Amino acid sequence: MTLSRRRFLQRSALATSTLIAAPAVFRSGALAAENPITVGSLHDQSGPIGTSGTPMVYALQLAVDEINAGGGLLGRPLKVIHYDTQSNIQLYSQYAQQLAVKDKVDVVHGGITSASREAIRPTFDRFKVLYFYNTLYEGGVCDRNTFCTGTTPAQTVEKLVPSAMKKAGKKAYIIAADYNYGQITAKWMTKYCKDNGGEILSTDFFPLDVTNFGSTISKIQAAKPDLILSALVGGNHTAFYRQWTAAGMKGKIPIASTTFGLVNEPSTLDAAESDAIIGAYGYFEELTTPASKSFVEKIKKAHPDSPYISELASCTYEGVMLWAEGVKKAGSIDRMKVIEALESGLVFDGPSGKVSLDKQTHHTVRNAFLAEVKDRKWSVLETYTDAKPADTASVCDLVKNPNDVKQYIINL
Amino acid sequence: MAIYVILALDVLNGISSLFLLCLGLAIIFGMMKIINLAHGEFIMLGAYATVISANAGVNIWIAMLIVAPLFVGIVGLVIERCLIRFLYGRLVDSMLATWGLSLLIIGIITTIYGNTQQGVPTPLGGFSIGSYQSSYYTLFLALMAAVMMAIIYGVMRYTRFGLVARATMQNPAMAATLGVNPARVYMSTFALGAAVTGLAGGLLAPVSGITPVMGGAYVAKAFMTVVGGGAAILSGTLSAASLFGSVNQIGAYFTTPVYGEVIVFTTAIVLIRLLPQGISGRFFKGNL
Repeated sequence: MTLSRRRFLQRSALATSTLIAAPAVFRSGALAAENPITVGSLHDQSGPIGTSGTPMVYALQLAVDEINAGGGLLGRPLKVIHYDTQSNIQLYSQYAQQLAVKDKVDVVHGGITSASREAIRPTFDRFKVLYFYNTLYEGGVCDRNTFCTGTTPAQTVEKLVPSAMKKAGKKAYIIAADYNYGQITAKWMTKYCKDNGGEILSTDFFPLDVTNFGSTISKIQAAKPDLILSALVGGNHTAFYRQWTAAGMKGKIPIASTTFGLVNEPSTLDAAESDAIIGAYGYFEELTTPASKSFVEKIKKAHPDSPYISELASCTYEGVMLWAEGVKKAGSIDRMKVIEALESGLVFDGPSGKVSLDKQTHHTVRNAFLAEVKDRKWSVLETYTDAKPADTASVCDLVKNPNDVKQYIINL
Repeated sequence: MAIYVILALDVLNGISSLFLLCLGLAIIFGMMKIINLAHGEFIMLGAYATVISANAGVNIWIAMLIVAPLFVGIVGLVIERCLIRFLYGRLVDSMLATWGLSLLIIGIITTIYGNTQQGVPTPLGGFSIGSYQSSYYTLFLALMAAVMMAIIYGVMRYTRFGLVARATMQNPAMAATLGVNPARVYMSTFALGAAVTGLAGGLLAPVSGITPVMGGAYVAKAFMTVVGGGAAILSGTLSAASLFGSVNQIGAYFTTPVYGEVIVFTTAIVLIRLLPQGISGRFFKGNL
């Protein structure tokens, strides 16, 4: 086909005007769809952390569906914009930019590992997008734009160590994964052990690809502790529990762990290997309160093959609900107004019980639970109400320093 | 005193599990010069075969000793026919292809069984020496390592298949002239290597954390051991496994697990620097 110059110009003009007009046409179309409030979601549904992220997405979707069923917020429906970050930090940065700049979402819930949180938090600070981090972590984030709804060591390790010591004895042996989580958690274990008059015989760290724990098991036997405190992480490290049982050590020295059972270890390991291990988290699927039962039931009904519904899922649900309460109270989705409403001591009754936001740290005051594995399930032993994020509170005061945006390393 | 017996058992455990993990690789890499980066995934497949069949009601010993090697051997056979046979003599291409293969296998297993832990309980129990505990399974692994060594030695040294295989590896053209079909020998040797690797995966299944990505933890150490051992499949692999296994366990016992790893890798670097042809390149020349 030959193009005359005149025809070329005509067509170019037509094409250009179409392009210019297009956004206006699309935008008016969007307005017709009731202009939803957008909730960004960044969770890993695949890759090594996928099993942790999947129930979080289910919980987020459940919370949004429930809000929508109740008429939405401020008369507008909620719409989730979700990206699967595939356990890849680079994708976290990329999708965070996309949520902030392209999708222009009103709030973001997400991030699982501490590394992923630190990759995206600055982006949301820069583009002024409200951010909720709903995972248990080592504590210390101090940022007025960020709310951390998961537990910190002061809320769980503080309960776990003394109750395990009460059961077992005062001499403890720490085994932990060799990266920031394990290192920091081991410090907290040491602190709470000493605070309760105990003694740490030794602390061993393991690179994540260690698979043979034979010499460690011998070393532990030689040290003769009353109690083992474990912050081992990942698939390779579960070999420890297997080899421990194979050596016939199971039941001779009790184990308490801050990581065991957060995903699905009790249901996949053999009962002989996991029985009597003690753990403490902000939520257990086995909690029998009506709120917890209906929460688990709803997720299982929508997703029968859902992995274990842990603190990760309940905190995500409660995080979304707290944010919704904030929006309702503020009567607006303006970021500053919502933050101020959230800082006014909002309370939400969730699956784990009463959760309230702490103005000073932007963390939550929530219940903590102590449980023991029994026949491949957690059996909840004790409930500690209103556990405070005392660790973060010791370094972070957003009332005094509202412009803080850093994660403090808490010195012990 | 008892602690030294226990420590000796740990060392034995380290050596025998490393030897079992490497034997299949030694056959595939040592004899055929195929760098099989999917070695870790063969181990993973063996472990999965054991766990899935044991949980489906198959006797644990049958699952470990028969199902795992048989399944991975068949997988190896298929892979050799579809992929590896086009790559003999193309070292770099074979690395790329088997690396891709490893990602594919991980992807398939994740899709089918999900990205979670699997497990079977450890058979046999523990026993005590003085006030210390160890497991019979440690002794069983050592026994299996010895049995495998005897079987591979017997096959390679005394059977017609072993003779033909060794001849083909040394000089395929000459072997072909004498009426051997090298393609068939390569195929069965690769399948044998895969089956031995699957057996290792099956044997380690009760004492490992089993996930689709577990292979990554083994592949580096396996290559290190095979390269450190040099050309002789058995004597080389055994001597390198003994060296690295004992260094790792003793190092981890007397220092920390972190230094245990550091010491092993340092030993490997020094070894390759001093003996570029591996241990058997210097000490066990001409042995199997």
